[in-house]
Amino acid sequence: MKDMLKRLWHRLGSPRWFFQMMAPWQWWLGLLAALLLLTGTFWGLVYAPADYQQGESFRIIYVHVPTVIVAQSVYMALGISGFVLLVWRMKLADVALKAMVPFGMALTALGLFTGAVWGRPTWGTYWEWTDARLISTLILLFLYFGLYALRESLSSAEAAGRGCAILAIVGLVNIPVIKYSVEWWTTLHQGETITLTRIRMPPEMYIPLLINLLGMYCLFGYVVIARMRNEILRRERETTWVAAWLRGKKDDVGNGVIDGH
Amino acid sequence: MSAFTGQLVRELQLAGRARADVLNPVIFLLLAITLFALALEGKPEVLREHAPSILWVLVLLTNMLALDGMFRRDLDDGSLEQLLLSPAAAGIALLDKLLVQWLVTGLLIVLLSPLLGMILNLPATVYPLLALVLLAGTPAVSFIGAIGAALTAGARRGSALLALLVLPMLVPVLIFGVSAVNRALEGEAPRAELYWLGAISLASLMAAPFATQAGLRITLEQ
Repeated sequence: MKDMLKRLWHRLGSPRWFFQMMAPWQWWLGLLAALLLLTGTFWGLVYAPADYQQGESFRIIYVHVPTVIVAQSVYMALGISGFVLLVWRMKLADVALKAMVPFGMALTALGLFTGAVWGRPTWGTYWEWTDARLISTLILLFLYFGLYALRESLSSAEAAGRGCAILAIVGLVNIPVIKYSVEWWTTLHQGETITLTRIRMPPEMYIPLLINLLGMYCLFGYVVIARMRNEILRRERETTWVAAWLRGKKDDVGNGVIDGH
Repeated sequence: MSAFTGQLVRELQLAGRARADVLNPVIFLLLAITLFALALEGKPEVLREHAPSILWVLVLLTNMLALDGMFRRDLDDGSLEQLLLSPAAAGIALLDKLLVQWLVTGLLIVLLSPLLGMILNLPATVYPLLALVLLAGTPAVSFIGAIGAALTAGARRGSALLALLVLPMLVPVLIFGVSAVNRALEGEAPRAELYWLGAISLASLMAAPFATQAGLRITLEQ
């Protein structure tokens, strides 16, 4: 077992190996994501019972909660990739960093948007400056903006990757402090805000939520692997194996298995 | 003379000779606070009510201006490269740089805080606590900001980028700082906030020399 993991770790040093290995994973994850998200969303929007307090408007939970949870997971994954990149200089970690930032940014923005839409009927306002989770999600969005902007402005790709790695790690260390401070602030200010009452959810309400959450994680896997494979192709475009792979694709004889020589 | 004091003397001398670089951000702070006082039409009670928030936001922005040039001169004349050649000495030299960066912005702001309090119409009884809160919080701003300055020293349009990278990470300092001054205005001792600010400052002092060093190496590689 230990040896297997060790071999896997060393193999991850080769972008080419990753590119080939992940081709089936990409499609399976994509398919699974589509199935789960469709099931969960359909179940949640049509069959789940309406909430006794919020009525139909609570159904946006099936989009909102998975989005925000995965958006936070993406930042955690960014910090871990950054650590791997700085410590082991693994090229693949840089590819992963680059692939994950726009996805995480989009999810965070979507999470804020769906939260605002949900807040309107429930709290009577799109935005509430005294809610800790809103504020820390907004700050998360700015952290993503920073990572994106830093990569854009550093000229060499390698430097950009390592710069983003440092920023992602510093950000990850900072997130608990930011969260705590924001909670501190809102409990001091807390007045008449209506917080979402903690209702014990019946199973027919939370099972679709779990399905959507799982689907969102599969989507994360699918999007990141697809973007990573594209990025690997772009970075290794001068190599013979990419040329061979492209040729195989064109002649439609490669069958996904590539012989580099 | 040890490496630490030698480098400290050099940094202080450089700061002393580039007086405009030291004074401009602080003058910006005075100017911006004056603008706020004017924009609020000099209403004393409104000014006093918003003083903690105005003060802390402007302190953060002033630091962004000051941090922007932190490594640029050394980068341009090549001394930064010399400095980073030896990893052991680089850590010490960067620690000096961080300390001097705080001395010429954070400490200067602390010393000026009675004046700032006067412009913002704060009662004189809170001046000591105001200075203490700034003393606890501004090191974190300089040290965390230095990480951003190291990463953006070689970047195009570095100053806007610096603010974008660093300001979200300084949200805790802002929150605890504002809360501390507010509590001081209510006549209480802001113990918890001061502990938090001090802890963040010390933690960032531990991490910043390593992170700035890594950031500067990236900047030099380009």
